[in-house]
Amino acid sequence: MSAVAESYAVKLARNRLGLWLFLFSDAFVFIGLFVARMVLLGSGRPEVDQTLGIIVTVMLLVSSFFMNRAEVEMAHGNRPAFLRNIFITMVLGTIFLLGVVGVEWQVAHFGPGDGAVGAVFYAMTGFHAFHVLTGVIFLFIVWNNGRNGHYSAEKHWGVEACAIYWHFVDVVWMFYYVGLYLMGTPI
Amino acid sequence: MRFFSTGLFRGLIAQIIGTFAGMALVMAVRVLMGLPISSADAATQQHITEVHVVGGVIIGAIAFLVGVGALNEWLGWARGKPINENIDPDPAKPNWMRYFDVDFDHKVIGIQYGVTSILLLGFGGIMALLFRVELAQSGITFLNSDIFETILGYSSEHLFNTLMSLHGIVMIGAILLGVGALSNYLVPMMIGANDMAFPRLNSFAFWINVPGAIILISSMFFGGFDTGWVGYPPLSVRAPLGMQMFLIGVYLIGLSSISGAINVIVTVFTMRAKGMTMFRMPIFVWAALATAIIQFTATQMIGLSFQLVMLERLFGMAFFDATRGGDPILYQHLFWFYSHPAVYVFILPGLGIISEILPVFSRKPLFGYKAVAMSSLGIALIGFFVWAHHMFASGMSPYLRVPFMYATLLVAVPTGVKFFSWVATLWEGKLEFPTPMLFALGSVVIFLLGGVTGPPLGTIATDLHLHDTYFVVGHFHDTMFGGYVFPFFAALYYWFPKLTGRMYSEKLGKLHFWLMWVGFMILSNGMLLVGLLGMRRRIADYDPALGFDTTQMIMTIAGFAIFFSVVIGLYNLINSARRGAEAKGNVWNSRSPEWHIASPPPLHNYPQPFEVVGEPYDYGLADSPYVNMSPAPAAGHAPAAAESKE
Repeated sequence: MSAVAESYAVKLARNRLGLWLFLFSDAFVFIGLFVARMVLLGSGRPEVDQTLGIIVTVMLLVSSFFMNRAEVEMAHGNRPAFLRNIFITMVLGTIFLLGVVGVEWQVAHFGPGDGAVGAVFYAMTGFHAFHVLTGVIFLFIVWNNGRNGHYSAEKHWGVEACAIYWHFVDVVWMFYYVGLYLMGTPI
Repeated sequence: MRFFSTGLFRGLIAQIIGTFAGMALVMAVRVLMGLPISSADAATQQHITEVHVVGGVIIGAIAFLVGVGALNEWLGWARGKPINENIDPDPAKPNWMRYFDVDFDHKVIGIQYGVTSILLLGFGGIMALLFRVELAQSGITFLNSDIFETILGYSSEHLFNTLMSLHGIVMIGAILLGVGALSNYLVPMMIGANDMAFPRLNSFAFWINVPGAIILISSMFFGGFDTGWVGYPPLSVRAPLGMQMFLIGVYLIGLSSISGAINVIVTVFTMRAKGMTMFRMPIFVWAALATAIIQFTATQMIGLSFQLVMLERLFGMAFFDATRGGDPILYQHLFWFYSHPAVYVFILPGLGIISEILPVFSRKPLFGYKAVAMSSLGIALIGFFVWAHHMFASGMSPYLRVPFMYATLLVAVPTGVKFFSWVATLWEGKLEFPTPMLFALGSVVIFLLGGVTGPPLGTIATDLHLHDTYFVVGHFHDTMFGGYVFPFFAALYYWFPKLTGRMYSEKLGKLHFWLMWVGFMILSNGMLLVGLLGMRRRIADYDPALGFDTTQMIMTIAGFAIFFSVVIGLYNLINSARRGAEAKGNVWNSRSPEWHIASPPPLHNYPQPFEVVGEPYDYGLADSPYVNMSPAPAAGHAPAAAESKE
């Protein structure tokens, strides 16, 4: 680059700080939506399919476990295990997406235009699903790069960033699952 | 013409193609989903058109970024290409072309931000002049002209509303870009870094503003919008298609704001020179840091509130429709959660510039450095707890009023710290009065006026009387001119020799200052006056019996004086950049490290890392250097010491 060659460690520290700042910033969107949910629905909640809700939630939670395995395997330099685990994560994330957008949105008793309940439900699941979609794309890129020999035990910032982002999306769903499926009474 | 091979040109072409392709794509998706793509019913047809246009415009903005090349590196990474570590510009490329292309040098990006900001400033200023001419006398006399009807398809009151709304939001865009210009150009140089932490993100953050600004301004041609820059529903849900252009444009500029802010924070925390502790940074860096902290958190909320309005318009989602269980007050809470802290985004860098310039021309240490640094953070922090003071008259829960009143008045404390520091810095100093100093002193006076007109608006009892009057407009313009416009020009003149290696004309600079300062004082005091007497804001016409015609005419003339002063200033800067006298060295005898390298600064700024050995503002103290430009010769071939000295 210039007079001072910057080491990988220096850049890694910078990247980490940048990613966490981005996630902190992104969290404000989800907090804002949750506030909107509390204001508009209060102690009510949408009438939704509980079985489907628990299935997709379990899928997403379990995917975070495999994401963690993928990152640890890469840190140990075990490429086949890394690829296997990240692929499973990707599949589980896709199942979550299909479950929410493909099934839940279709079987719900209300559409996005049906009052505050519809607006809140589709906005919260939609914003979150968009993040899951970008996460799945991110996973696919990292998986594909990993297949082509990128990343090593020492240098795998791409994998790490992908894992942190995926866990973030997962944690958001923890709150949203409670907010949309568990708390309050159906209205 | 080489211009046709620049990134900007490619981006614009891509945006046009992308917009139409995007509209076709949305149409195709609708056909696949079995939805109608046109309708005989006028209301339904307008809705269908809106869905197509919005989809097309968003895809057009992405196409611009692809066309300009701001996404190249990331798209390459996604396809598995190795990341290109060498981000220096091609030496064969002519220098001027770098400014129209994706370039990763923070100085180039800073100038790109600055020039775009000034263009938007001029555009917003012309809009203000147009409706100021209308306000010069009672009755609709100017905006009902056939010319506007022919060009835009609407005229008089709706045009007034559109101009007034666009003036507000275009100026806010201009200020955000100006803040980006100051942070990008100055922060890395002041802390001794070669560039920002994420150069690619930095370039992306600038370029996304260009489609954003184009879409924002295009709202005029999509029927305009009449909500003011706040876009309150239910009005914003019913406004013409131009509303959507406003929402998308602001969203893109907000995205730039967030990315830029993250970059500034990481740069400040990880790239400071050796020995530069947090409390030895130049004071502007503190201001930029506090600004970035607000930007990267609060901006998400305006993005969210605007997206919710878009969703309500596009899919009938009833967030803000009270008849279907929504709540219009919710919008105001989400909106002001950003938009109040946003005004501190506008003023904090400017106040930092004042604190930076006053010690240089007083030849005295900045009074209370730590307190000033903390006051920037304090303003940023308190700014998050005052938003509902915009809503005293909106029908929100009455018990919220008093806590927000107290929080609002608390802002006066850190702001007072800054004023105290400025006065104490000037006290018994050896004052000189070149143009940057005049602008800094002028902004202190104007910002004081903005400060003292604040408490009457923050106090519930008086606010209920003053709400929605021109008093609010006067107060706001005082804070914006005192906190941003005058400091921005101060910064332009002060760092002009650094940018160009040439000196501006002092005579024209002083003319610029005095014309602008006097013009603005007349304008803003006129606003405060008619506001106290009962002039409503955001209306095209007023009753001649109120007796405002003379004052309004004087205000309009003052508005033109400001416009011409800016024209003089820009002429001065452009002309001097080409023909001004050479000014290569430390022209202001400053202690700041950026003045100890060549002007204009070379690529990567510093030939070798410097070391901070003392306090930044010890002007007038002998034997107290700030930076050692050539610390212990690590490589053994360090040039002669160029120590900073008084």
